Amino acid sequence: MSDVLAVTDHRRGDLRDVSYEIITAGRQLADDTGGDLHLAVISGPVDDFAEKLNREGVDAIHTVSHGEEFNHDVYTQTITQLYDELAPQYILTPNSVNGLDYAPAVANELGLPVVTDTIGLSVNGETLTATREMYGGKVETTNELEGDAVVTIRGAEWPTADGTGDAVIEAFDAEIDEDAVGSTVNGFEEVGGGDVDISEADVLVSVGRGIEEEDNLELIHDLADALDATVSSSRPIVDNGWLPKNRQVGQSGKVVTPDVYIAIGISGAVQHVAGMKGSDTIVAINTDPNAPIMDIADYAIHDDLFDVVPALTDQFQ
Amino acid sequence: MKILVTVKEVATVEDEFEIEGTEIADQYLGADLNEWDDYAVEEAVQLQEAGVADEVVTVTIGPEDCEQTIRQALAKGADRAVRVWDDSLEGVDLLDVNAKTEILSAVVEEEDPDLVLTGVQAGDDSFGATGVSLAEEIGYQWGAVVNHLEHEFDGDVASVRRELEGGVEELTDIELPAALTIQTGINEPRYASLRGIRQAQRKELDVKSLADLGVDESAVDSDLELTDMYEPESESDVTVWEGSADETAAELGELLRDKGVAP
Repeated sequence: MSDVLAVTDHRRGDLRDVSYEIITAGRQLADDTGGDLHLAVISGPVDDFAEKLNREGVDAIHTVSHGEEFNHDVYTQTITQLYDELAPQYILTPNSVNGLDYAPAVANELGLPVVTDTIGLSVNGETLTATREMYGGKVETTNELEGDAVVTIRGAEWPTADGTGDAVIEAFDAEIDEDAVGSTVNGFEEVGGGDVDISEADVLVSVGRGIEEEDNLELIHDLADALDATVSSSRPIVDNGWLPKNRQVGQSGKVVTPDVYIAIGISGAVQHVAGMKGSDTIVAINTDPNAPIMDIADYAIHDDLFDVVPALTDQFQ
Repeated sequence: MKILVTVKEVATVEDEFEIEGTEIADQYLGADLNEWDDYAVEEAVQLQEAGVADEVVTVTIGPEDCEQTIRQALAKGADRAVRVWDDSLEGVDLLDVNAKTEILSAVVEEEDPDLVLTGVQAGDDSFGATGVSLAEEIGYQWGAVVNHLEHEFDGDVASVRRELEGGVEELTDIELPAALTIQTGINEPRYASLRGIRQAQRKELDVKSLADLGVDESAVDSDLELTDMYEPESESDVTVWEGSADETAAELGELLRDKGVAP
């Protein structure tokens, strides 16, 4: 068969962005294979989710109402049953923390190859070509495999799907073997202070070492308030304890893809860039015209942040 | 409790390098214990020090050259090591998840641990999938991206936290036996002491072939084939705003209004 089954991601009542991105990636693959795009919506308010996910390019949505939150055993059992039912060529899942908690298990149970964290996909007949990074993004590679496979996609690499679809939405009667469910989710906890998810922000005012002192952060907070934006930072600011961990952008922090990312006093080490290069528009404010951040910035101001930031704040107050 | 920790020597790459075919040229490569595995080893050793684990064994798939790296884990407190290598693995440039799963599962069956700890991913190929795939293969429970493990076990249940995106942690109970993939930051990996390093030289390091493990040579045939490697294109195309701070701030303000993101 030539269909694509894409699995969506949600948490605490909300679909995550990657659920809309996986429609785009899935549609693209299904166009290559000449098949249909099926979505699986598992657990939580599935009818509400299905309605939201019914966007252009989706042919069918299979809902499985079982529990509120993600459980990898429920996902694994459901997806393997959907595979048996639909016989898709590819199972596509987000390369999220939860995606990595079931995709490899699904692949192994079905005896399929798994290729994770892909950033580009194309199909020619039975051959899938997947682009992915190695060595922390220093190189990109292409990888080929034949036949059916489980593929995980990196977030923010594909645009979100728009429009309204005319997908068939139907409940899938998965048989969940409760005895095989060996893990129990007891709850969630926000860590690092506050409930801000910088990866969901439209505008990030991001601060780095150039701010020099903790007291100077007030300038950044003032600007963020004036812009109705969210404050984020590079690693040294969090290491110093000036901002909580949940504000950190980068490999060891969060990957963010805002509409606008304003990098203030950030030099742009590779670890930081890995976390924000997917931003739509990047503006760098830095006295050093040779700072690496300039390589990926769309706009730059080579001037002192202590002059530019207050001037910008003034405009919006 | 017996703990098996999967460890891997990973290739590290210098800032400036060249690519030859589908590989980075040798002279730009270094080798180190995979960062995530270092945390997994530390977690196991801490469980041993807490009296929870009575034996910590490491397993790796790698040639003789990697023994020095593998002994780092022994120097930090692991009791013994298993190294799997085979002529059929020579020259294989990509061992995919299925291949690693098949080989490692044979070791798990021999060792029969209560807990398997792996790193979340390897710093070189970064699949992030072997731990969970392995768990499914051997019929263990599992948890991916664990950044906290309670050292007091409630019977046969491990209480963990999984590091989700957006600064959210999931509190989960997982029945043993289980495989957990360990995230960086779960602990502070120790440096090996001189005494530890000396002791590590005398610790048992078993080398096993695929035949020793009863694994068919076909296990190393990856489904995934690496066909190209290249440096990502630089997208540098910066527009620099000139002028006084007021002028450049005005340009930026206008951009924000144009993008429809200014209040």
